[in-house]
Amino acid sequence: MAVSQNKLVQWIDHRLPMFTYLDHELHEYPTPKNLNYWWNFGSLAGAMLLIMIATGIFLAMQYDPNTGDAFQSVERIMREVNYGWLIRYIHMNGASFFFIVVYIHLFRGLYYGSYKNPRELLWMLGVVIVLLMMATAFMGYVLPWGQMSFWGATVITNLFSAIPGVGKDIVTWLWGGFAVGNPTLNRFYALHYLLPFVILGVVVLHVLALHQHGSNNPLGIDRKGPQDSVPFHPYYTYKDMFGLSVFLIIFAIFVFYFPNALGDPQNYIPANPMQTPPEIVPEWYLLPFYAILRSIPSKLLGVCALFGAIGILFIVPWLDTSKVRSAYFRPVYKWVFWLLVIDVFALGAVGAHRPEGMWIIIGRLGTLYYFFHFIVLMPLIGWFERPLPLPPSIAEAVLKKRGGALAGAAAARAKP
Amino acid sequence: MADSAHSHTAGAHASGGSRRDFLVIAGNALLGVGAACTVWPLITSMNPARDVLAAGAPIDVDISSLQPGQQVLVLWRSRPIFIVHRTPAELTKLQSPADTNQLRDPNSAVLQQPAYATNWHRSIKPEYLVLVGICTHLGCIPEFTPQVGGNLGPAWPGGYFCPCHGSRYDLSGRVFQGVPAPYNLPVPPYHFVNDTTVRIGENPPNSTFDFDSVEQI
Repeated sequence: MAVSQNKLVQWIDHRLPMFTYLDHELHEYPTPKNLNYWWNFGSLAGAMLLIMIATGIFLAMQYDPNTGDAFQSVERIMREVNYGWLIRYIHMNGASFFFIVVYIHLFRGLYYGSYKNPRELLWMLGVVIVLLMMATAFMGYVLPWGQMSFWGATVITNLFSAIPGVGKDIVTWLWGGFAVGNPTLNRFYALHYLLPFVILGVVVLHVLALHQHGSNNPLGIDRKGPQDSVPFHPYYTYKDMFGLSVFLIIFAIFVFYFPNALGDPQNYIPANPMQTPPEIVPEWYLLPFYAILRSIPSKLLGVCALFGAIGILFIVPWLDTSKVRSAYFRPVYKWVFWLLVIDVFALGAVGAHRPEGMWIIIGRLGTLYYFFHFIVLMPLIGWFERPLPLPPSIAEAVLKKRGGALAGAAAARAKP
Repeated sequence: MADSAHSHTAGAHASGGSRRDFLVIAGNALLGVGAACTVWPLITSMNPARDVLAAGAPIDVDISSLQPGQQVLVLWRSRPIFIVHRTPAELTKLQSPADTNQLRDPNSAVLQQPAYATNWHRSIKPEYLVLVGICTHLGCIPEFTPQVGGNLGPAWPGGYFCPCHGSRYDLSGRVFQGVPAPYNLPVPPYHFVNDTTVRIGENPPNSTFDFDSVEQI
């Protein structure tokens, strides 16, 4: 099969079939024709990863990973390096936007049941990516060596001291000293540079797993034939590019007009190992997990709950007993899903406040409900819920929505 | 219904080709401009930062204790600067045809110095020489070797010898023939603030010389 009339392309492709591969994975790759805009967030996450790697490499050229110089070197990037302010603000806000995109991507998967057979590994690889992102973001936040960097690093590394027996030794090992210090900063810098490329590797596996069975879709039913799908390119490449353009406009508004809105002003104070700031708050994207940690009045159980809150996502494909994927056809789960969203936002608010008064109550109830949702509601609803009848095929559902008279025209236009 | 749909399609087809071409070309051109604007801040962040440029400001050197026959080495813009107090005998030698006949560019024709140093002694005051001490071959620092003869052979008139690849310069920084270095050692902008202070990095009043304009540093 000739991918192109171009002789050079043919010469290369005969020896290294990358053009055939791209053609197969982009042009021939069949994609459900009914994907909505929630399906844009996977490619947006990919774009964010590339933006973070690109800006990060140029920041690394200017940054000094030494406790004596780190803070000054970041200020130097802001004031002296050509466009250093822009590159750093893109990287800083990029972390937040990466998480926004990935969290939406994750909740989209939860709503439309994208984790169900045969996409369990695809989902689990995604959870691995979220975990790696959290580790990378945490270590990146330590690098400017401000007050929040230092005390965030102290608190998070001390989580491991909850492990019975060896906890103390593990923490010392993480620090490379008696407390968070220069060795800690150096290793965090090394790992912060390494992990994005590990994430990139897992993303490749994630996409490989995706392309095995193709995208899920808002109806959650399998593609049955060519009438149900359109080629990924040009239909979804252009839809993704349009979505990316809109996303970048919103991102740019933050980078250029509210660059510090998502950060903590405490981190513009150089790290002081002799004084803890009045309030220790992680970056917003970790607040719900931080709230879960603080809600449990036991050191070991709190740490277990913190890691369990993410860990439980791994077994979601088996906790959800419903055979129907999309919440569109699940009258009970649909509501429970939104309760979970509200619960996670509430936990985020709890994480942002001092653990006092009603915030403790809300935090405990929210934590309880979070686990109740996954461990009790998910399996039970699957058993007792009576789903709505599924449409016979994607094509029929799409055409029915467009109306019978326009069916021919709609099919001809092959609108996604 | 069918008729109107048909005529609409036909009309779009008749005039749509060129319109689509226009949109594709305009869209791709805008994409190219956007990509260039995105990449430029990343690229230029690797250029010297503001503090690095500020550190390249002129420096003052006190030469009151520099005796005839001595050289002092200072750093300006991270580059070694030679300041030499030449003896009358050395100055005489610089003008002898036996010496200048062996040079590549005895009259400093190549732009390697400001106009106020384009003379036989390549300096403002004949006795004081100011040079950027970087070999024009591949960037090593030539050794100050003012003694006549010695290891460099009986004919060696005194000057600079680069240990990396054997390039030779006389005591005005003029390169000899038959060595790898192509040009004379560059002269930086400088002037005398007073009799004992030389300011490196700043031209004398009413002179304009851009150090970036020299052929090679």
